[in-house]
Amino acid sequence: MSGAAGATPRAGRVFGLHLAVIALLLGLQFLLPPFHHGMVARIMILATYAIGYNLLLGYTGLMSLGHAMFFSAGMYATGLAVYYRGVGTVEGLVLGLAAAILLAVIIGLITLRTTGVAFLIVTMMFAQVFFLTTLYFNAITGGDQGLVLSGRVPPLRFGNWEVALTHPAVKYNLALAVLTVCLLLTLWVTRSPAGRVLIAIRENADRTRMLGYNVFNYKLLALVLSGAVSGLAGSVWTLLFSYVGSSYAGILYSIYPLLWTLLGGAGTVLGPLVGTGLMTYIVDLTSGLTDSYLLVVGAALILCIMWLPTGVMGGVRRRWWSWLP
Amino acid sequence: MSLTLDQVTCAYGGAVVLHDVSLALEPGQVLCLLGRNGAGKTTTLRAIMGLVRPRAGSIALDGQELTRLRAHEIPRLGVAYVPQGRGLFPFLTVEENLRMGLLVKGTGAEALEWIFALFPVLKERLGQRAGTLSGGEQQMVATARALCTNPTYLLMDEPTEGLMPALVAKLLETVQALKARGVGVMLVEQKVDAALKVADTVALMETGHVRYHGTRDEIASRPAELLKYLGVKRQAS
Amino acid sequence: MAAISAPLLETVGLQRAFGGLQAVRSVNFRLDRGEIRAIIGPNGAGKTTLLNLICGRLRPTAGRVVYKGQNITARPAHDRVALGIVYTFQIVSVYRNLTVEENVGLAVRRLLMQGPLHHFAINPQAVAGRVHDALHRVGLAAAKDQLAGYLPYGHQRLLEVAMALASAPQLLALDEPTQGLAPDEIAGLVALIRDISKTATILLIEHNMQAVLDLSRRITVMDNGSIIAEGTPAEIEANADVQRVYLGG
Repeated sequence: MSGAAGATPRAGRVFGLHLAVIALLLGLQFLLPPFHHGMVARIMILATYAIGYNLLLGYTGLMSLGHAMFFSAGMYATGLAVYYRGVGTVEGLVLGLAAAILLAVIIGLITLRTTGVAFLIVTMMFAQVFFLTTLYFNAITGGDQGLVLSGRVPPLRFGNWEVALTHPAVKYNLALAVLTVCLLLTLWVTRSPAGRVLIAIRENADRTRMLGYNVFNYKLLALVLSGAVSGLAGSVWTLLFSYVGSSYAGILYSIYPLLWTLLGGAGTVLGPLVGTGLMTYIVDLTSGLTDSYLLVVGAALILCIMWLPTGVMGGVRRRWWSWLP
Repeated sequence: MSLTLDQVTCAYGGAVVLHDVSLALEPGQVLCLLGRNGAGKTTTLRAIMGLVRPRAGSIALDGQELTRLRAHEIPRLGVAYVPQGRGLFPFLTVEENLRMGLLVKGTGAEALEWIFALFPVLKERLGQRAGTLSGGEQQMVATARALCTNPTYLLMDEPTEGLMPALVAKLLETVQALKARGVGVMLVEQKVDAALKVADTVALMETGHVRYHGTRDEIASRPAELLKYLGVKRQAS
Repeated sequence: MAAISAPLLETVGLQRAFGGLQAVRSVNFRLDRGEIRAIIGPNGAGKTTLLNLICGRLRPTAGRVVYKGQNITARPAHDRVALGIVYTFQIVSVYRNLTVEENVGLAVRRLLMQGPLHHFAINPQAVAGRVHDALHRVGLAAAKDQLAGYLPYGHQRLLEVAMALASAPQLLALDEPTQGLAPDEIAGLVALIRDISKTATILLIEHNMQAVLDLSRRITVMDNGSIIAEGTPAEIEANADVQRVYLGG
């Protein structure tokens, strides 16, 4: 781990696996029929959201029920800027990221004094405030109905090149690019000195403090990273699907990443992706059969906690691949 | 009314932690289990209390098989347990903790009187939250709570851990007072000197086996065994 | 020891109350550089509270803590570690799900993570070297790849000491280090502490009188939140109050 002799071959396997996953997703776009093509693009962005969530839950050990506010901070900052000001795509993304980071810093400074159940409740409360604020200012935000951005989303510009974001292939690959960056970020966290401190905080926060680490500052760092990634996902979502709406700030969108992460395996790099994909397809299949698909969501959460406490990838790590980060 | 273990084998998952352990205890006697951490001493006590079900072997109290019973039924038969780490209810007061003991098998005022005679400081602490007491005081409450059930047998897991010398002496006196009242005590200890002061019989455990079982005098005259299993250097006495 | 030299650590009128309970009452405590000092006393005397006040885990309700001439009362615990005040827990508190090597690695890296760049990467050789030194000193070098939670308790205690050593202590505060150890493990730990005292000042809470008498040059006795006696082991053993209150003699 810290410079042990076995580090190089293990690093090879780790990078190999993750590059293979990315390559698989890259190649999949040429094989998928249109419906699934769009689904996978959606899954990849939501998986990015879950990856952000996992940075806080899986790697720092803090469970929040308020991440919808970070996702929708990114979404609204980008979406409203595009809608009202016609900003470019890249500017939109930067704004979204900045908004999420700013929000994470403020929320962190207030809520990180608490931990455990108190933290859960406090983050949920702040997310509710955010949600209600979006409804309150519905003249600007469109509230529940939301705003449709079709036609207003500018194309991506690279010098003289222009790429319309409405094209399915562009959506897919932009989502894949963002997912890749965030997967690599998580990998970095697991291997870097700062990331190891976060893991130490998860394992034994008191001990970590008495080793000389400023635990509050590291938790704040984790929350900012987590919020930034979640906000980025929200930003990209709005650019690709041309829509902002209050529903994304609601409690359900705080529960989803928790469920996806737990199901896929908290504290694993690939867990959030696996969990998001699995859950999205399960919900999709069951909504074809019944209107009460939320029942399925609840049942999945309960079964997951009872039988798969470490999630799919956590189980894989325990049974077969102990080197899985 | 003897308490016997016969060829008890226990395992956690795939790991066997007790191998064919056989022990016997009579009322009014003190049996000391000695051994390093991980030797299986705590598991032995937990097996008697029904917290761990043996894979093989039997544990009997006056002929009645304990391994068939549910854990909460065993204290009702007169076997009380003071676990390592005490197991107090930290948010309840001292008095409430003691009452929990009385609820199991209420014996009323005379039991409490005798217990307060043993541990006078508890009378002053009755209204205090158990979690705010010092380690030694918590040990007293845990022991007192077990005694509230007026047991025939008392199982104690490292009761002197963290206690100051005066309290260690006090606790050993308590064990002897219990012995005089006819209570049988099974005592798990790391402090060999303390153990040998009160024990009638001693069992040396190592990696789940009972390596040596004999009277206190016998083990005291065998320093080689003590050295081998505990790393303790003593003169033969 | 020089006759008049500034103490390493001093507490002035240090007090700590928990609600109505005065755990530490106006304690004036002084520790000189290079000492091995034991704090003994009945359960509930305030020994651990005093240690927690010194290490920063608790804030005093009055009084101050002075370390190397500086008032550190307002400094949080993690800052005090950087100053050299290192604490080991009464009940062993290691990272059970991490390897022995990673446990000590975390302690080592704190020293090496001086700037923002070091949060990205640190020279693995530097870390591995110091980890090895600390493990070797306590005798756990062979166990470095084991998960800390699977070590026997005595070895977990040694791991804690290794982590403390890796933190470059100048004042090492040990809270009942022999608790839960077998007799030969205690002997080994006493020898290790004596060795560490060559480079660090040791402050230790202990109930094991044999270890206290073997190790300490001076003993401080606390009862009911105050210091009731201080002196050499011989003086303390002869003290009638201490005998009555603590030793049971």
